[in-house]
Amino acid sequence: MIELKNISKTFKVVKRDAGLKAAVKTFFKREYTEVHALQDVSFTIGDGEMVGYIGPNGAGKSSTIKIMSGVLTPDSGECIINGRTPWRNRTAHVQEIGVVFGQRSQLWWDVPVIDSFELIRDIYRVADADYQKNLRALTELLDIGEIVKTPARQLSLGQRMRCEIAASLLHNPKILFLDEPTIGLDAVSKIAVRDFVKTINRENGTTVILTTHDMQDIEALTERILLIGKGKILLDGSLEELKSRKSTHRTLTVDYSGSALPALERMEIVKDLDGHAQIRLNTDDISVAQAISRISAQVDVKDISVEGESIDDLVVSLYKEFAI
Amino acid sequence: MLYKRYLSMLLKSQLQYKASFVMTTIGQFLVSFTTFLSMYFMFMRFNAVDGYTFAEVLLCFSVVLMAFSFTECFVRGFDVFPRLIRTGELDRILVRPRSVVFQVLTSTMEFSRFGRFFQAVLVLGYAIPASGVVWTWDRLLTLLTMFIGGTAVFSGLFILYAGFSFFTIDGLEFMNIFTDGSREFGKYPLSIYGEGVLKLLTYVIPIAVFQYYPFLYLIGRTDNRWMMVLPLVGFLFLIPCYAFFRLGLSKYQSTGS
Repeated sequence: MIELKNISKTFKVVKRDAGLKAAVKTFFKREYTEVHALQDVSFTIGDGEMVGYIGPNGAGKSSTIKIMSGVLTPDSGECIINGRTPWRNRTAHVQEIGVVFGQRSQLWWDVPVIDSFELIRDIYRVADADYQKNLRALTELLDIGEIVKTPARQLSLGQRMRCEIAASLLHNPKILFLDEPTIGLDAVSKIAVRDFVKTINRENGTTVILTTHDMQDIEALTERILLIGKGKILLDGSLEELKSRKSTHRTLTVDYSGSALPALERMEIVKDLDGHAQIRLNTDDISVAQAISRISAQVDVKDISVEGESIDDLVVSLYKEFAI
Repeated sequence: MLYKRYLSMLLKSQLQYKASFVMTTIGQFLVSFTTFLSMYFMFMRFNAVDGYTFAEVLLCFSVVLMAFSFTECFVRGFDVFPRLIRTGELDRILVRPRSVVFQVLTSTMEFSRFGRFFQAVLVLGYAIPASGVVWTWDRLLTLLTMFIGGTAVFSGLFILYAGFSFFTIDGLEFMNIFTDGSREFGKYPLSIYGEGVLKLLTYVIPIAVFQYYPFLYLIGRTDNRWMMVLPLVGFLFLIPCYAFFRLGLSKYQSTGS
């Protein structure tokens, strides 16, 4: 059980203009700007939930994760995770959580991955029987049996990420924080990571909190979404709720021959170039069937496809709506 | 034991780059060897500094160098602490269920510093018979406490340095006056720098407690047997240094994602 109540965090950032002169000046006299990373953030996440935590860069996602994992101390507010306050009870708290920082490695660079795993076993004081059991399950699920004997520096990003995730689960944590776990991965690795996260959530009841910019991650994984912008929680609801907010928009992609499309009533031509057009419409104004018949009346349609609004669009429009 | 595991892991990592490791170790040896040579040539001209002979001064030099290189090897994590902050390694340390100090100590070790350490041992091996000191068990024990106390004081300086890096990254260079500076100062018995500096190095940065005062006992200029254990007072220096480090840690801001 994770409970955040009115968490706020402000960073002091040194203000400094470009150039050598400014650099010398800041050496003697510093000016600080205050950045409100988090303002009054509150939410509750139950055991076994899987939550997607989204928001633009600098919105406060990482700060929230760092507070929940005991790295940062907030300026004010309460955070109780499994009955403990992370920054007051750090060692006991972190024993029960796993953290993957997507952009940073926790594996020792120059030694085989399995050596890192064994060291992690000792750091977390995992009993040998449990370790063997977890290791076997993890190697199988993540398909890393072949690569654990390779030094981490020789792994591809996708292989390394799978090892990172395994490393953060060796001690069987109740809560797993994934900070951008699919960043930079190819399609195959992304799918492997997603499938795995789903499996451990379902089978072990591990609570998963996931930050990402990849909307497919969200679509594939999470039931619930927390949207944060400029340090404030803007939306807390299910993916369906999010979708239903703006589900009346459709985009038609049309390939046609003949002269360019004329302006069409109740449709918006986003792009029209060399017989390839993108048209947006709102189903409240005009049905898709009507729209297609009108377009075919104007030009000779070769191909046509209809897309609902992607999650990306949804999120962008939400960002716009909340002006972040 | 976990510390031993870390040790073997780090050793394995560094031995991955054998040539680099050997070269750095030799380099470390040579760097301090030039210091040794410069002292040698100086004593060729002056015979004695402030009444201390070359071999006596070498006792000082070698013990300080031993303590410093030993600290540089095993307390390296605090020495490169700004890097731990910058790369986000400290975040990783904070999400593991072990003490921060332990994990910083085990985050990195610089085994190539044994090049320096080895040199110090050689010089000590020369100075012990050449200094004309009548070696009793008391004096050998003093030599040992000097080394241990020195390690404590240098560790304290590194921890202090790490504490500063929570507040500023730009201004850290000045801290080298205390870390590298202490090593350089420590080559000679501290009294040669005058009364004021000696006081500073006794009460503020307590280098003198493991260097000057017990050194006087070694060469027989004082009979005060308390000098045998005085170097261990260096451990008290760790308390304010650690407190300062904790203060910095509580203000830790972490870096962006």
